[in-house]
Amino acid sequence: MQGFLTLLKKELVRFWKVSFQTVAAPVLTALLYQLIFSHAMANHIEVYAGIHYTTFLIPGLAMMSMTQNAFANGSSSLIQSKITGNIVFLLLPPLTALDFFAAYLLAAVVRGLVVGLGVLVVTAWFGLPWPAHPLWALVFAVLGCGALGALGVVAGIWAEKFDQLAAFQNFLIMPLTFLSGVFYSINSLLPFWKTVSHFNPVFYMIDGFRYGFFAQSDTSPWLAFGVVGFSFIIVSAFALWLINAGYKLRH
Amino acid sequence: MMNPMPSAIAIESVGKHFGALTALDQVSFTVEPGEFFALLGPNGAGKTTLISILAGLSRPDSGRIKVMGFDVQRDFRAARKSLGVVPQELVFDPFLSVRETLQFQSGYFGLTRNHAWIDELLFKLGLSDKADANMRALSGGMKRRVMVAQALVHRPPVIVLDEPTAGVDVELRQSLWHFVRELNQVGHTIVLTTHYLEEAQELCSRIAMLKKGRLIALEDKSKLLAHSARREVALTLSAPLPEALRPWLRSVEGDRIVLQLADIAELEQVLTGLREARVEIRELSVIETDLEDVFVKMMQGGN
Repeated sequence: MQGFLTLLKKELVRFWKVSFQTVAAPVLTALLYQLIFSHAMANHIEVYAGIHYTTFLIPGLAMMSMTQNAFANGSSSLIQSKITGNIVFLLLPPLTALDFFAAYLLAAVVRGLVVGLGVLVVTAWFGLPWPAHPLWALVFAVLGCGALGALGVVAGIWAEKFDQLAAFQNFLIMPLTFLSGVFYSINSLLPFWKTVSHFNPVFYMIDGFRYGFFAQSDTSPWLAFGVVGFSFIIVSAFALWLINAGYKLRH
Repeated sequence: MMNPMPSAIAIESVGKHFGALTALDQVSFTVEPGEFFALLGPNGAGKTTLISILAGLSRPDSGRIKVMGFDVQRDFRAARKSLGVVPQELVFDPFLSVRETLQFQSGYFGLTRNHAWIDELLFKLGLSDKADANMRALSGGMKRRVMVAQALVHRPPVIVLDEPTAGVDVELRQSLWHFVRELNQVGHTIVLTTHYLEEAQELCSRIAMLKKGRLIALEDKSKLLAHSARREVALTLSAPLPEALRPWLRSVEGDRIVLQLADIAELEQVLTGLREARVEIRELSVIETDLEDVFVKMMQGGN
C-alpha cells in the first residue's frame, strides 16, 4: 500500500511541478475554443431546447480536455521514464502490477479532473448552469478520465519513442475526442456519421457528462454509463495484464 | 544455528536467450551471506543479464534465482526487499531533488519514517550539502553516489553493484569502496562487477568469471591466483638464449626474454645453464601473477 501511495504522490508531484504546462495550458486552450466558437456560432440554432450553443459547448470542451489530459499524464510520464531509464527505480522495488497501474491511473484521473474543473471555472460565465444531476456529471468525469488514463498507461508502455506516442495521440486520441460531439449534437449528423459516432466511447463520455448538466442528451445516460464503464474496465484489465506480463518493461 | 541460513544468492541453471544469441547458458553458483563477491567477464559475457534476472528486470528462459531464500519471480516482493541494486547506466529523475529521490525510493519499498537513515546515507556518501539540489544540477559522479544511496535506502542484506566505478573519478572510487567495505564488515553481502580488475583483486574474497554466457571459473581469489600462478622470470642477456634453456622460453619482447618455470626452484637450473654458456645477465625480474593475468588467460583459453 505504501509503495502505491508513494508512486501516486510522485506522479502527482511530477505534473504539479509543471502545472503551468499540464494544467494552465489546456485550460487556456479550452477557453480559446470557447471564445472562438461562441463568437463564430453565436447565431447557431439551439441544439437542445432552451440551451444556447455557447452553453451547450462548455461540458463537451471540459470533457474533451479531461480525456486528453488524463491520457497525456500516464503516457508522457511513462515514456519519459523509459527513455531516460529511470523507470528502473520503479522496477527494482517490490511494487505489484496493481500498485504500479493504480498509481499511474489515479494520477491521470486527478490531472484530468483538475483540468476539467479549471475549464469549467473559466468558461462558466458563458452561461453554464449548476449541474442538473451532479452525480452523473461526476461519474462521467471520473470514468472518462479513468478510461483515457488507462489507455495512456497502455500507450506509455507500448511506445518506445516520442514519435510513436505522438502518433498514438494525433491519430487516435485527437480524432476520438474531436469527433465525439464536443462541438455539435450527433443528431445533426448524416445517418452514416451518426452511426459511426456511436462506436466512439468518447462520445458517450461527453454525452453523459452533458446530461449531468442539462438533463438532456443524445442517448440515455445509462447506456452511456454502460459503454464508458465497460471501456474503462477493458482498457484497465489490458493495462494490468501488460504490466503483469512485463511487456516492454521486464525483458 | 537452529535454521541453516539460506544463501544470499542462489543461482540455479539460469539460461537466457536473445533471439539466436545465448546470453546465459546454464549458469549456477551461490553467494554466501557476508561474502564480498566479484563477477567478472568481458563485455557481452552476460554479467548484466544475470544481474537483471537477479533484480527481476529480466526474466530467465530457464532456471531460477533466489535471494536470501526468496525466489525472485514467485516471491518477488520479499526477494526485492532483500536486494539493493546499483544499475550500470547513470539514470535519475530530473523532476526531483536528491532528498526527494531518496524519500520516494524509500516509499516504494514501503518505508515512510526513514529520515535518519537517509541523512546517514547522504553523509556517508558526501551528499549532505547537495541534499536539496535538483538531480539535474549534479555532476556524473554525484549522480552515481545518489544511485548508490537509492540502492541502500531499504537496508538490503544483499547489495549488487554493476560496474559502479565506470567513468568515476579517483576520489569517489576511494570513498565508495571505503563505504562498501564498511557495509560488508557489518554483514551485508556484496556482489560487484567491474572492469577494473585491481578493484576486484583488492576487495573481493571470491570470484566468478563469465565468458559468452558460461561460468568458466568460480573460486576463492587466493586459490584462483595460486592455480594460475605462473612463475615467470624476465631476463635481459648479453647473448642469445642458450639452446639448453629453450624449453622454458615463453616469449621474447625485444631483448627481454620471458621464461616460464614450473617452480621457482627451477631458477637455479636456469642460472647454471646461463653460467655454463657464459651468458651474462644484465637484468632479472620475477613477474608476479595478478588477477588480470588470470583473467586474460582464462578468457583466451578454450574453456
